[in-house]
Amino acid sequence: MPASAADLQSGDDLIKRGFAKMTKGGVIMDVTTVEQARVAENAGAVAVMALEKVPADIRAAGGVARMADPQRIREIMDAVTIPVMAKVRIGHISEGYTLAAIGVDMLDESEVLTPADPFFHLFKRDYKLPFVCGARNIGEAVRRIFEGASMIRTKGEAGTGNIIEAVRHMRMMNEGIALIQRSDDSTLQIMAREISSPYLTLRKETYKGILPEGTPMDTQALFYNISLDDIQDGILSILTEIKQNGVLPVVNFAAGGVATPADAALMMKLGADGVFVGSGIFKSQDPTEMSKAVVDAVQNYENYELIGQGSSGLLSMEGLDIGQIPKDMKLQERGW
Amino acid sequence: MNIGIIGYQGDVSEHVEIFHKLSREYKRDIDPIIIKDKRYLKSISGLIIPGGESTTIYKFLKEYDLFEPIRTMVSWGLHVMGTCAGLVLISKDDPGSRVRGMNLLDVKIRRNAYGRQMDSFSEFIDLEGIGRFNAVFIRAPVIEEVGDVVVLAKHKGIPVMVRSERVLGLSFHPELTGDTRVHEYFVEMIGGEGYTSIPERKYTIEEFI
Repeated sequence: MPASAADLQSGDDLIKRGFAKMTKGGVIMDVTTVEQARVAENAGAVAVMALEKVPADIRAAGGVARMADPQRIREIMDAVTIPVMAKVRIGHISEGYTLAAIGVDMLDESEVLTPADPFFHLFKRDYKLPFVCGARNIGEAVRRIFEGASMIRTKGEAGTGNIIEAVRHMRMMNEGIALIQRSDDSTLQIMAREISSPYLTLRKETYKGILPEGTPMDTQALFYNISLDDIQDGILSILTEIKQNGVLPVVNFAAGGVATPADAALMMKLGADGVFVGSGIFKSQDPTEMSKAVVDAVQNYENYELIGQGSSGLLSMEGLDIGQIPKDMKLQERGW
Repeated sequence: MNIGIIGYQGDVSEHVEIFHKLSREYKRDIDPIIIKDKRYLKSISGLIIPGGESTTIYKFLKEYDLFEPIRTMVSWGLHVMGTCAGLVLISKDDPGSRVRGMNLLDVKIRRNAYGRQMDSFSEFIDLEGIGRFNAVFIRAPVIEEVGDVVVLAKHKGIPVMVRSERVLGLSFHPELTGDTRVHEYFVEMIGGEGYTSIPERKYTIEEFI
């Protein structure tokens, strides 16, 4: 399967990336019930993410987190007129198609759910629906865009109410873009090779123990029948596009730890195109007021007087110190 | 010529980019201005209400008190182009709808009636006075009934681009493909290259702002 830049610019991409563009400047809220979806819509959310539990509760519950109950998703779709998104486990091809069949508007291949595939993320170009994917840095973002993501969001650290990881990831992304802009073509080629290397993981593990170390590796059909050469070419063309335009070729949102209107404003200030709020709304004491204040803060992220007014008397969710989360409990470590 | 783009939410920068391109390639003197505050309405000759989430854009137009002033300005000569969500906002008012219309264009609209994202599509369509155009429909509104307007394009028998004297409405997105012709058409509608601005004497903006 060729993976050329022309492929990435197909008619499907126009429609899929176009959908993501319509959410710019907006807030997308996690909701678990019809009532919450209505609160989000009334507050001016541009879309809702239909879930069974918000990330803070997923974190507290432990165990395996899967896609939401289709009936729950359908009820939410029927209750509101704004777009409805749903989360699919990383690499879970069948959950992806199942959610697409339900008719949601966008899929989030999300680290908040327990990953299904230890080797690969979904080949999102195979789907007619657009995907949003989490990323901690430019390399992850470029891999997801290569696979067909129409929107990127920072991973942050979901369910913590702690903004530091979202800020870390947005800064990493911005710094990565700046670095690409300063790089010459040969450096971009080196980057493309480096960014492509995780696609080799399965092949490397397969060689181990059945062929002597140092055996030259076959690099055909690595990922959905795409060879390493074609992966590198595809990634290089995305890097070249980033160098030319100084931005990701898809919409870039912030997510993972937004708990207050000022958090949302901070992410906009750092260059986010919009904000996902997971637990921050419905784990706060007054979701109706919090949701409105966050929407207003994103809209007026440099109007500090207004942010102050909107935040007055609002009790945010309790926060978690990232340092107290064991590494294997960090959701951002899921995926690559 | 200054052209405003309602800038709360949606694909605002895409419209800005198209006008920049139009300025560069066709040597037209067009300055796109992002509008969030009604005070800036008086400095523009044309206004774009872009695509995005119509409930969100409607909420902000009301909260920032632009909804009525835009209506008034159109009666005084302002030209408006609404695309997708923007079309919903300039169409005939339906008091039963979550998103109210400004009654600027005599068409009845049903939101998202082409379906959900799965049903979004792009297709080359003949636009009267423009030609073949790659029209991108994203969760698009359907023009259900047309009144006193000129239909400039149809898709499968349904009008998708209509205009009155000063108002142009499209159910698709003309700003996503880089093609500048629909925006150029809108600039021509406003008055072409000879147009300067709405004469200030027609009104005093302070009367209602």
